[in-house]
Amino acid sequence: MTDNIIITGFGGQGILFAGKILAYTALVKGKKLSWLPSYGPEMRGGAANCHVIVSDEPVGSPIIITPNILISMNKPSLDKFENDVVPGGTIIYDKTLIDREIKRDDVKVVAVDATGIAAREAKANMANMIMLGALLKSTGIFTLEEIRAGVEKAVPPTKKDLIDYNMKLIERGYNL
Amino acid sequence: MSEKVLMKGNEAIGEAAIRSGCRHFFGYPITPQTELSAYMAKKMPKIGGVFLQAESEVAAINMVYGAAGAGARAMTSSSSPGISLKSEGISYIAGADLPCVIVDIVRGGPGLGGIQPAQSDYFQVTKGGGHGDYHLIVYAPNSVQEIVSLTADAFNKSEEYRVPAMILGDGTLGQMMEPVDFDSVPEPITTNKDWATTGTGLKREHNIINSLYLSPEALEKTIIERQKRYDIIKEKEQRYEAHDIEDADIVVTAYGTTSRVVESAVKTLREEGLKVGVIRPITLWPFPVKVFAEAANTAKAFLSVEMSMGQMVEDVKIAVNGKAPVYFFGRTGGIIPTPQEIIEEVRKIAGGLK
Repeated sequence: MTDNIIITGFGGQGILFAGKILAYTALVKGKKLSWLPSYGPEMRGGAANCHVIVSDEPVGSPIIITPNILISMNKPSLDKFENDVVPGGTIIYDKTLIDREIKRDDVKVVAVDATGIAAREAKANMANMIMLGALLKSTGIFTLEEIRAGVEKAVPPTKKDLIDYNMKLIERGYNL
Repeated sequence: MSEKVLMKGNEAIGEAAIRSGCRHFFGYPITPQTELSAYMAKKMPKIGGVFLQAESEVAAINMVYGAAGAGARAMTSSSSPGISLKSEGISYIAGADLPCVIVDIVRGGPGLGGIQPAQSDYFQVTKGGGHGDYHLIVYAPNSVQEIVSLTADAFNKSEEYRVPAMILGDGTLGQMMEPVDFDSVPEPITTNKDWATTGTGLKREHNIINSLYLSPEALEKTIIERQKRYDIIKEKEQRYEAHDIEDADIVVTAYGTTSRVVESAVKTLREEGLKVGVIRPITLWPFPVKVFAEAANTAKAFLSVEMSMGQMVEDVKIAVNGKAPVYFFGRTGGIIPTPQEIIEEVRKIAGGLK
């Protein structure tokens, strides 16, 4: 079993951090994994994406061409990656920021009011955690308990108070 | 076994270097290797080491020259354009027979090129870069875990042979995170550094670190002596990973990140029933000629896949020595070949073999 996950959006949305949580969760669970960020003259507001592979077998190429899971947090990235998703795959998108329908009819679509909920109940830049919750619910890739272990590893020791804060929002996304 | 952690390739080089006894790092920032400098800047002061951000790449490599001349385990790192700048210093270090480790996280060229991954500096790192008859021992890891062991090997082998060593990565390898542990890091070897400029204490003659020989006879003598060490390295230090080459019709070869893409492609091809094997050079110099020569006795064709316009393919041709056709497929400028592109190339070659 291999999950090829692309998470995309703009710089400042915590795209890479969301990927890091998945990578650490996979590590704690004893899975094989790779985490590859886009890099370049990046800045807040510029395009950001990361490729996370979680597998039972050693990871070959860390570069994902055809994801089975796409988490998209802005329109340009959805436009760019929508057609790459394998048939039968899952697209989870932030409907607060993306004002169009998914064109594909051969994939599972999950529309999440992530930035809206995060802005109302926490901070807009915590929408990435809502998206992770929706990911867990719609794909079953990890349980809430498993991802907590990943959050504990991904959050730096100096910011331990953020573990529960992040988990609260992941659970919020899970229970939508 | 200790717990695995997630680290970027660039950071893993830094940690492995520290565990290999490196306490002198001289850097100058450049994408996509900057995390290595940043890691060293954070760690070195805490362990009594030196981190110095030099005013330029030229200064940084000459600081390595100085530290290595005093017998210290020293490292510098850069990416392609920065390695071009360092090449003069690398040639001097090679000419002075000093050990050190140079890291090159390659990006697209020529010129300033781009910042995405590339392998277009194979010629530069294996066949010169700087001037004169010299070589570096060049290691090309393909995972974060292998980065760790090869960084340690680079320090040890460099010191054993008094030949500078290089870790050759690319942007993908430097930036990606994978689980890694440091259990396998070999102990730093200790050699008798009676050549180092550490002060005579008025008890011995001065040691002189130099690469200038105005007498051609004297210069030729040092070059021939060094060549003998190169010959031993070529005999003893060829490293590679290979699988399924015994019954392979087509042997695909690639190093670094590209080898991971090749593995994904070959998995599909073998499932289709094609007899495809893989040779992954781990040392680029010395090039693992023996395994290619042996595979050439049975394989019907070779394919070199690179992120370049075709550089390693020349060494593959020399090693195969006309016994089988050697094909090339590459993408360049920061583009990574896809498994599908490689699959199609192999199918094309397989079609021609029938």
